[in-house]
Amino acid sequence: MMDSNDTPVDVRLSLRVNGQMRQLDVPPNVVLLDALRDRLGLTGTKKGCDHGQCGACTVLVNGEAINSCLALAVVHDGDDITTVEGLAGEADLSPLQAAFLEHDAYQCGYCTPGQLMSATELLSNRKVGTTDAEVAEAMSGNICRCGAYKNILSAIQETRQQHAGAAID
Amino acid sequence: MRQFEYKRAENTRGAVHAHAGQASAYLAGGTTLIDLVKLDIMQPERLVDVNRLDLADIEHSDGGTLKIGAMVRNTTLAYDQTVQTDYSVLSEALLQGASRQLRNRATTGGNVMQRVRCSYFRDGVSPCNKREPGSGCSAIDGHNREVFAVLGTSEHCIAVHPSDMCVAMAAIGATVHLASADSERAVDFLDFHRLPGDTPHIEHDLKDDELITHITLDAPIKGAGSTYIKLRDRSSYQFALASCAAIVALDGDTIREARIALGGVGTKPWRCKQAEAALQGASATDESFKQAAQIAMEGATPYKHNAFKIPLARKAIVRALRDAAERARRSAGEPT
Repeated sequence: MMDSNDTPVDVRLSLRVNGQMRQLDVPPNVVLLDALRDRLGLTGTKKGCDHGQCGACTVLVNGEAINSCLALAVVHDGDDITTVEGLAGEADLSPLQAAFLEHDAYQCGYCTPGQLMSATELLSNRKVGTTDAEVAEAMSGNICRCGAYKNILSAIQETRQQHAGAAID
Repeated sequence: MRQFEYKRAENTRGAVHAHAGQASAYLAGGTTLIDLVKLDIMQPERLVDVNRLDLADIEHSDGGTLKIGAMVRNTTLAYDQTVQTDYSVLSEALLQGASRQLRNRATTGGNVMQRVRCSYFRDGVSPCNKREPGSGCSAIDGHNREVFAVLGTSEHCIAVHPSDMCVAMAAIGATVHLASADSERAVDFLDFHRLPGDTPHIEHDLKDDELITHITLDAPIKGAGSTYIKLRDRSSYQFALASCAAIVALDGDTIREARIALGGVGTKPWRCKQAEAALQGASATDESFKQAAQIAMEGATPYKHNAFKIPLARKAIVRALRDAAERARRSAGEPT
């Protein structure tokens, strides 16, 4: 809908963000990334290229990793969103976050939230195989300019193996 | 990003109605559209969101065909059991396209409709006949390496069609189903995309008052082996320099039927029917495959920076045919 000045009116939408229902009014041209950062104050999710090429903005929508920079917020009305702020528990880091720390899987840290979100999806994604090559391919939408790929991969591999073991128990 | 009106479509009819007669665009996964709206290359006044349409099923259809809803996501399609079993070339092509995040959002219909990656098209200022008809083509005498074609080019446009999925579909054989408010029609997949000719701004056969509802794949060729080989500057998350979808069915060591389609080298998903005809009845040897590759690239036009694509595509064809034939042999050897 347009108002009398021919400007699109805000759209009301509800998002479940990190387990909490949030309601916001946004113009249609606001992407999910900006809605999370600028309107909900969740600045953990990073804006890198803003064109779906770097993966810094990766969040989970209904459990799937997507580039939040290419997703209009209004399209996700009613969806379940997980950002990096939703990974840690009250007292503990998530196993994956702990593994990133343990394996020194970052330098500057700017890509880390996106890497963590993509990797979090991978923990429960059984379609992607277990070899280093398969995991690296599945993570290729997340660019790390510092080149911490090797340590990112080892952090993911270790956590994924633990996760698979835990799932069998 | 520019302002636009947003309409969420509840059904196909509503979507078509909201789209027709407006400076509007359908919004599916948005992985091309939002990128290009941010760059101000696409300038819709209205976006018609088709994400909630009931077009996300994959089902068997008449005569052994497979009906894929336009809103089926690339990830879903790639891992579908039937696709992995009967159309593994399609699954392979999808999984070599883009990144996992993009595939999770990108749709079947949207993939067919994706725009070219030409840097002159995307920069918003260079002369570009696609973006601004009649302004000229900056790529022909410009930097024309990675995403520029050698087949199907014209003096007005040489941008490659960037899809991997479409190359597999061109090889398999498919039909694009379109709906308008009061009628439906079907277009052969190979006729859906247009050659640039002297109208590079017209990229496909979809009319303003139509929507892609689904794509049907032809019945799989019995006993065939298939593969998708994609050659690129880095081994993941990169557009093809040359790619080949090959399907080969054998009778002993004789080729019963072969399909070849190319990506990274054509201005549309490029099917090589003459090369296929040369293979039919030939023996499945490297010699036959090399001859087919030679035929497939006949008439290719090299540009300053992409001449290497012609021999590269030939090698991709030979390798893909060899691998597809090997898979056909292996599956023939398996107990049924």
